[in-house]
Amino acid sequence: MVKLKIDNMEIDVPAGTTILEAARRVKVDIPSLCYHRDLNPRAACGICVVKNKGKTLRSCCTAVEEGMDITTRDPELIETRRTILKLVLSNHPSECLTCIRNDNCELRRLAATFGLREVPFDDITPSLKDRPIDTSTDCIHIDSRKCILCGRCVEACQVMQKIHALTYLDRGIKSRVGVAGGLPLGDSPCVRCGQCTAHCPTGALTEEDHSEQVWALLQNPDNHMVVQIAPAVRVALGEEFGLPVGTLVTGKIYTALRNMGFKVVFDTNFGADMTIMEEATEFVKRFTNRICLPMVTSCCPAWVNYMEKYFPDMIPHFSTCKSPHQMVGVLAKTYYAQKAGIDPAKMKVISIMPCTAKKMEITLPDMKSSGYQDVDYVLTTRELARMIKQAGIEFTKLDDGVADSPLGEYSGAGTVFGYTGGVMIAALRTAHFLITGKEMAEEDLEIKPILGIDKGVKEMTMRIDGSEIRIAVAHGIGHIAEVLERVRAALAKGAEPPYHFVEVMTCPGGCVGGGGQPCEVTDEVRIARANGLRQDDKQSKKRCSHQNANIQKVYKDFLGAPNGEKAHHLLHTHYTARPLYKK
Amino acid sequence: MVELSAEQIAKLKALGATQKETLVKMGDDFKKEREKDAACIYTCNATGCRSGGSVSVIDAFRDALAAAGLSDRVRMVGTGCMGLCASGPLARVEIKGREPFLYKQVTPDLAQIIVAQHIAPALKDAAAPLNLSKKLAGHELSLKLPFFTKQTKIVLKHLGHSDPENLGEYIANGGYRALMKALEMKPADVIDIVKKSGLRGRGGAGFSTGLKWEMLAKSAPVGGEKFVICNGDEGDPGAYMDSCILGGGSHAVLEGMMIAAYATGATSGWFYIRAEYPLALERMELAIRQAKKYGILGRNIFGSDFNFMADLRYGAGAFVCGEETALMASLEGNRGTPRPRPPFPTEKGLFDKPSVINNVETLATVPAIILGGADWYNAIGTATSKGTKVFALTGKVLHSGLVEVPFGTTIGEMVNDIGGGTSTGKKFKAVQTGGPSGGVIPASEFRMPLCYEELKKIGSIMGSGGMIVMDESDSMVEIAKFYLEFTVEESCGKCTPCRIGGYQMLRLLKKIASGKGTRADMDKIRDIAAAMQRGSLCGLGQTAPNPVISTMKFFADEYDALLNKGRKG
Repeated sequence: MVKLKIDNMEIDVPAGTTILEAARRVKVDIPSLCYHRDLNPRAACGICVVKNKGKTLRSCCTAVEEGMDITTRDPELIETRRTILKLVLSNHPSECLTCIRNDNCELRRLAATFGLREVPFDDITPSLKDRPIDTSTDCIHIDSRKCILCGRCVEACQVMQKIHALTYLDRGIKSRVGVAGGLPLGDSPCVRCGQCTAHCPTGALTEEDHSEQVWALLQNPDNHMVVQIAPAVRVALGEEFGLPVGTLVTGKIYTALRNMGFKVVFDTNFGADMTIMEEATEFVKRFTNRICLPMVTSCCPAWVNYMEKYFPDMIPHFSTCKSPHQMVGVLAKTYYAQKAGIDPAKMKVISIMPCTAKKMEITLPDMKSSGYQDVDYVLTTRELARMIKQAGIEFTKLDDGVADSPLGEYSGAGTVFGYTGGVMIAALRTAHFLITGKEMAEEDLEIKPILGIDKGVKEMTMRIDGSEIRIAVAHGIGHIAEVLERVRAALAKGAEPPYHFVEVMTCPGGCVGGGGQPCEVTDEVRIARANGLRQDDKQSKKRCSHQNANIQKVYKDFLGAPNGEKAHHLLHTHYTARPLYKK
Repeated sequence: MVELSAEQIAKLKALGATQKETLVKMGDDFKKEREKDAACIYTCNATGCRSGGSVSVIDAFRDALAAAGLSDRVRMVGTGCMGLCASGPLARVEIKGREPFLYKQVTPDLAQIIVAQHIAPALKDAAAPLNLSKKLAGHELSLKLPFFTKQTKIVLKHLGHSDPENLGEYIANGGYRALMKALEMKPADVIDIVKKSGLRGRGGAGFSTGLKWEMLAKSAPVGGEKFVICNGDEGDPGAYMDSCILGGGSHAVLEGMMIAAYATGATSGWFYIRAEYPLALERMELAIRQAKKYGILGRNIFGSDFNFMADLRYGAGAFVCGEETALMASLEGNRGTPRPRPPFPTEKGLFDKPSVINNVETLATVPAIILGGADWYNAIGTATSKGTKVFALTGKVLHSGLVEVPFGTTIGEMVNDIGGGTSTGKKFKAVQTGGPSGGVIPASEFRMPLCYEELKKIGSIMGSGGMIVMDESDSMVEIAKFYLEFTVEESCGKCTPCRIGGYQMLRLLKKIASGKGTRADMDKIRDIAAAMQRGSLCGLGQTAPNPVISTMKFFADEYDALLNKGRKG
């Protein structure tokens, strides 16, 4: 422990703690524009300056030392911070009123906190005019005019996710964030995970907003509007309305969606149960016959994109299952449409997702199995929050609604898809049943070694009916390369693969920490959201996908058997090797 | 490194000992050869004189000597920097038994005349008086000029008087003796000498070199490695000390690096030299090649247990890469931007391994200190600034060039004596030191001794050794603008105060310079300056306002005049 004084308060903190973090323990919030607990401090903005015995230093990146005597505010420091902030504002477009981050921009908030009433420097934003907005991914927009060069996105992209799509270009006042060589983001190794958008303090990196298009669809009475929500959305949306982090608001979301004009409210969790039926069946088949092991999960489109770009040789290891919301999409436009007597051409399926990559996934060629684009639009949690506000819906006061049958019912296994380890847990619950014919014991349903977010790669060996299943679960795509390299090395030697089943989620913590979720996420937030889903699982009457009565019904009435011909046609997909940079 | 058996090591040690003998003999042989020469022509072959045509001058000398049948008796040497760059190309004629003689602004034609009128007659008849034509006499540069007599040369000692490409000559002049001596000492004792000598980093910050080494010595190697890095990314406008030291004394820098490595336990070394210094790069590459060939670099050097390798990397010319953390990022192949310190490089440096970064001049000083001893070096200079410092004296001064003086020399002595007064006949106004990080010192303060503390006190810095002299016709606002333009151009863009602050300050300064500024603009400049000084991450941003602030302090009247002009207009 290190003893020091912060604003005359004595405090002991572990060695290695930064001054900024130490100050938070004595309830002093040192302002910063670039610091983010998820990321290495980059020390870019200069606003977090403090003094140690008169010497100015950056609190975000300086570790505490024994005997430090820190002053976090004095006239000089306050003036320094104010001047820096004014400088930032002189180079930032004053478009707050029309900015997508209007209500949660960290720069705007800091300016408000500081009470700045004027910017005494020249407005130099006209020099930014020649920076067009990069919309090339159709998922993520880069508006580098609004960039304050905090560097969080680059840290997230290069260090956290190890994608290296984003980097710094040019120098000095011309510095900007972009793709190497100034290429469009769409031609880069970007996997559309959106962690850059979840970490950006301003409106420089945002999701492509499809709310206007969805409003337009909703306003056309000819459309049969279907909506579904992903598991992780239900534990995050509440934050946008001031509810405690991790609050489960499933019922309120259903009601809000109906109030917005959706005719039918389904739940992606149903699709998750369906995915498990397909994937567990696929796994049992592949495991029993030792075909292309390890099998790797495929419900995360950013991960799929990563594999296609970085490890195309591993494509045969992918499960061929589509992701849950794509399954709901295709079943809505086929099974449900037939059943309800609706022309699928007039049906519009909207997915509410914690994810920006899902916006890309719906446009892939295989995602038109119904004869139409199976899912018409993806909205992120953030877009939905804005739309609810636009509709004047008082979200927190809503009564709980219920989802529509048949694609709205879900088991606990469906809901745990939203956090790291969840897909594996759900799959193993059903695999256990498929292999042994018996249900897993209640107390074993949460498979503890693969829960949690402390480690980027979690490994365990599961014993089912005398067979050992070696498992790896990775979250945060930056951790996946080591797993795949291990597999690759073993396969190259012709050795037994180190794992049989691998789950990958691109975002740290899984979808609860997704790139389309409310901003300013930290590990505490991820854990709280995951706990919300665990609660949802525990309170479910049915906790395994195969127990979902509607799932069984859909197979019986429509699909036939899991992995059967029809299921294969509608619920499975192909993968394509892709270059890192579009030639 | 690969583990070797005891037997292999014994063999390598024996080889090292033989190589040491070979080197010593190489030096002795060179001395014997030199004794035989009846005369020698030293022509400056450093970057400055080369741009003035010294390469063709050297060829002309060689041709003339051959034509006169004197090639065997007269040695022709292309040297490192001779110092008085303003008068180059320089040629120094040394004839046995006579006073050395220096020619300025030598052309190929003149070279022929020198051989014909000066050298050939003297070699024919040792007693013949020197009889130079009027034209030739006009090119004499007196060696009694204070420019030469008032200097104390340690780092530059052999630069203008030896062939930088000749390893034998370097050894004959005492080269690699310091390394040989150090290898017989304990590493801690080597550090002790450097600490006691009072040597401070010549890159600008002036941190104790010995202490820095001690910090690295205390750091455990990571993956078996620790590094010494030589910072050859000199970039201050007007400064070219390191360029000349590298180009004319590459072996001394390498030797200094090796002594640093031995003292600190570093396993390999890197020279980071900017690509705009082709001659420095060429000479350093040659020095490394020669050192490898003769076992100076390698395993069991000179029969000791010391193993060391050095390599060279080109800097792409970004000024900020002279900042040590940015330099390391660049060496690693990354974008050259500074990172926070601590951790200091001595804990976590290049490739996250403990590293020490020393400036070219610092390393070039080390061999002399090891041979001369701490007390000898410590006796030169002031109470806190020890030894000598190389300056690039430029601007409105008659004798501009590369000079080396003891710390404590006054600015007046520099510009009036060594510099020989103004080149324009007008009065001096100020000198600028420390490059874009430094400030101006008005003529009224010329009695100030040059040392780290005094310069800091007056609002400038020692910096790497650039000294630009201005006369009364120079506008100080323009000077400030020039330097700020430089730092704004060279800001890496990473941190806000420097990136936007510098840019906005420059806009304000341009407004003032154009006569449209107001008092409020001056206040805004001060606000920005304070934010940059306190809030910037690296030295570039922290010191970028210095030229502006210091001219505003000492030449307020010039700013006032511009502000008043605006009011009237």
